[in-house]
Amino acid sequence: MAQTSTLPPVLRESGQREVFCGLTSIVWLHRRMPDAFFLVVGSRTCAHLIQSAAGVMIFAEPRFGTAILGERDLAGLADANEELDRLVGDLLARRPEIRTLFLVGSCPSEVIKLDLAKAAERINTRMQGRVRVVNYSGSGIETTFTQGEDGALTSLVPLLPSNPEPQLLIVGTLADGVEERFLSLFARMGLETVRTLPPRQSTDLPPVGPGTRLLLAQPFVADTVRALERRGAQRISAPYPLGVEGSCAWMAAAAAAFGIDPERVAAVLDPLAERGRRALEPLRRKLEGKRLFLLPDSQLEIPLARFLHRECGMELVEVGTPYLDRQLMAEELPLLPEGTQLSEGQDVEKQLERIRASRPDLVVCGMGLANPLEAEGFATKWSIELVFSPIHGCDQAADLAELFARPLNRRELLQWN
Amino acid sequence: MELTLWTYEGPPHVGAMRIAASMEGVHYVLHAPQGDTYADLLFTMIERRDRRPPVTYTTFQARDLGGDTAELVKRSIQQAVDRFKPEALLVGESCTAELIQDQPGSLACGMDLGVPVVSLELPAYSKKENWGAAETLYQLCRGLLKSQVPAPGTARPGPERWKEEKRRPRVNLLGPSLLGFRCRDDVRELRGLLADHGIDVNVVAPLGARPADLIRLPQADANLCLYPEVAGPLCSWLERNFGTPVVRTVPIGIGATAQFLRELCALLGLEPPELREADQRSRLPWYSKSVDSTYLTGKRVFIFADATHAIAAARIASRELGFTVVGLGTYSREQAREVRAAAKELGLEALISDDYLEVEQAMAEAAPELVLGTQMERHSAKRLGIPCAVISAPLHVQDVPARYAPQMGWEGANVIFDSWVHPLMMGLEEHLIGMFRHDFEFVDGHLSHLGGASAPAAQPVAAPVNEVPEVTPLSATPEGGALRWTASGEAELSRIPFFVRGKVRRNTEAYANERGVAEITEETLYEAKAHFSR
Ligand code: SF4
Ligand code: SF4
Repeated sequence: MAQTSTLPPVLRESGQREVFCGLTSIVWLHRRMPDAFFLVVGSRTCAHLIQSAAGVMIFAEPRFGTAILGERDLAGLADANEELDRLVGDLLARRPEIRTLFLVGSCPSEVIKLDLAKAAERINTRMQGRVRVVNYSGSGIETTFTQGEDGALTSLVPLLPSNPEPQLLIVGTLADGVEERFLSLFARMGLETVRTLPPRQSTDLPPVGPGTRLLLAQPFVADTVRALERRGAQRISAPYPLGVEGSCAWMAAAAAAFGIDPERVAAVLDPLAERGRRALEPLRRKLEGKRLFLLPDSQLEIPLARFLHRECGMELVEVGTPYLDRQLMAEELPLLPEGTQLSEGQDVEKQLERIRASRPDLVVCGMGLANPLEAEGFATKWSIELVFSPIHGCDQAADLAELFARPLNRRELLQWN
Repeated sequence: MELTLWTYEGPPHVGAMRIAASMEGVHYVLHAPQGDTYADLLFTMIERRDRRPPVTYTTFQARDLGGDTAELVKRSIQQAVDRFKPEALLVGESCTAELIQDQPGSLACGMDLGVPVVSLELPAYSKKENWGAAETLYQLCRGLLKSQVPAPGTARPGPERWKEEKRRPRVNLLGPSLLGFRCRDDVRELRGLLADHGIDVNVVAPLGARPADLIRLPQADANLCLYPEVAGPLCSWLERNFGTPVVRTVPIGIGATAQFLRELCALLGLEPPELREADQRSRLPWYSKSVDSTYLTGKRVFIFADATHAIAAARIASRELGFTVVGLGTYSREQAREVRAAAKELGLEALISDDYLEVEQAMAEAAPELVLGTQMERHSAKRLGIPCAVISAPLHVQDVPARYAPQMGWEGANVIFDSWVHPLMMGLEEHLIGMFRHDFEFVDGHLSHLGGASAPAAQPVAAPVNEVPEVTPLSATPEGGALRWTASGEAELSRIPFFVRGKVRRNTEAYANERGVAEITEETLYEAKAHFSR
């Protein structure tokens, strides 16, 4: 995958951002690990953000909550620490099923320098192993949207047992069904020892060691990768498993890292790729030549743009990303077509002006912007759906493309006379 | 520090956003980190607004904190003014910015922007959304009207000055805002109602008003405080400073609408409204009197909402529909006194809480047949298998209907009748279900389009039940005693129609607990039934 393409200089912007903070990732992480609880230490704003981002309120007692700081907590840190200990004690007494407690820092807790690492230590000692307490920050002054997952996973790394044996470790949350599918495909290639971080049970942590090779399911886990590398693991460089091409390359890279006979790999992947491309065909016809503008949001923008261009024939007007991690995008960037305009960071007003000027056929954006853009005549796709839906893998490629085709189809369907 | 899982109200700056977004020509610069931009979706998704709320966020980051965040604030303010050319500018901060004390309001005031600037101080760690909305509306109006305030001791024009001025009387409609419950439709309904009585609307605020409209507020003969959560402080201030009298009766329901008209007409020196107006204009009185409604008698309702809607609902339920109110409460602490008084009239103690779990528990203990609440209670009621109608914010997108569905005035009463009674069963149908309950249609799994079972071939008679309980009975009573149902008890329970089964189960368990019975047999169930039907 050593193609190089020439990309114009990245547009770096530092105006108003319109991206959620890292707390948002609690919305999917708590579902991934049903024995864990995420306790945000923050303000009413933080509680309201999670509630609004989750959109639905299906759980009587969800496995996340916010310890809302009050004026008294701000008056003295000693009090705040004491209060936090009390609140955690009550919570754990009420919810005995919790095995891992994530203390999640927010902007207010960071600004007042409430030391959640110390708090975690204190509570760990007190709980004597009944519950494991870890901490990370999901604050909006340090993290965007999906980066919260990176923080959560990084906080688990010190707890992973050591094991030097060879194994493949998939890093980043995948939908359960998609994950199972990948595991069975890897097994068919003869790759048996495949583990995942995050695991499905917070207590069922995968080991790590010099034999561990990391395969990234998501592009936003940079800190986790660094922490795992410090424990001897090595990263496999691969594109992300979106679309047929990305998914095959991703699986093939893993197989290659373990020295599996390429023919055996091809025997597994070729029929899949063939079927995946066939399923994509009608969607490609729909999307071909359509112009796409991606606003920075989930950090999935670059791999998505690659898929939508190369496999669906879309033209890329602008590909925004909250931050550009060149190392983790090393296999993706060369696959973008020549001349693709990347933008990093955001100045939302200017970006909207560029949208109005370039009149794309489809805009990928956050929920706050979707209806206003629709009202201006643009078809939109909310990016948040992409982190909740099973979109990874060859079998999912057509479903992924369909998410982008649907708004366009819908516009053609509706008639008013 | 307080543990919160779901909250009724957002932080106070979201209240300020509601005011800014409700109005035209107002822009709000909010010193806040990027994550706080989530609040835009409340307006664009829940309210389905076709434009972004008029808010510029500074979205400062950790790396800005070492440097000059004040510069960032000033830049954001200047850019917002240049770009949006507002007629009035609100400047404030969210919880995080409050801690770093850049004082964006004072920065803005020192900037010579050429627009009126209102600096908002909304304490994020002690106040909430509705307070923030009320404070913002008040500060904005105060800021714009300061110079007009007559000197103390100046004679105030009376509410009947319209007669001397040879014009129709005119009033302000204060409080309707975005993310409030059905405000858009309430305004339309009230405009019609007032027009019928020869009363003009001077200004509606904040919904749809411009800053220039606020400057005309003192020209009204009276202020109608429609949503005290939002308009209370403003109405009091206008009363104190401009002498504008306030009508505080909220016209939701037949009795309250009639009372509202009587008060308003008396105040303005108009003919009192005709007594028959309610019967002529609304169907609620007749529908409630018709025989079909007999089955509504004594239905147990549990009410939890903002104060405005909780108080109104209690009055309608108890007096106009013949329900028995078994629980009444609010999350609006600022209006707790009024809700307590309303509860006391019904022989209840009001539940004042913003902990939805406490509300859910009170709901379960009250064993109501209908819940009137917010989105939160809708979910609690669903879990408990009790029908529910939403009557108040916090809302979900489905509570902002496309059709005209006010709560206030005569049409509002019609809407209320339909939307509360619909989740219950039609009287005749309840009777039929009693007769046919052993028929095949009532076999479990044939009952609900929600229950996940295969769709029934023919819709059972009970189909109008909207919120078919996905029966998830409390496995233990609130007291937590360990109870066992015997086979005979379970068998008998399964013969009870699904829609009351949850309640029968709870009642029986409560009864068994009370008696110290550990095993529930068929007999226990009937004893409990006899006990509760007394
Ligand atoms: S379950 Fe229904 S009411 Fe509740 S949030 Fe979801 S869609 Fe809205
Ligand atoms: S940006 Fe900061 S204050 Fe706002 S919700 Fe996120 S963590 Fe909380």
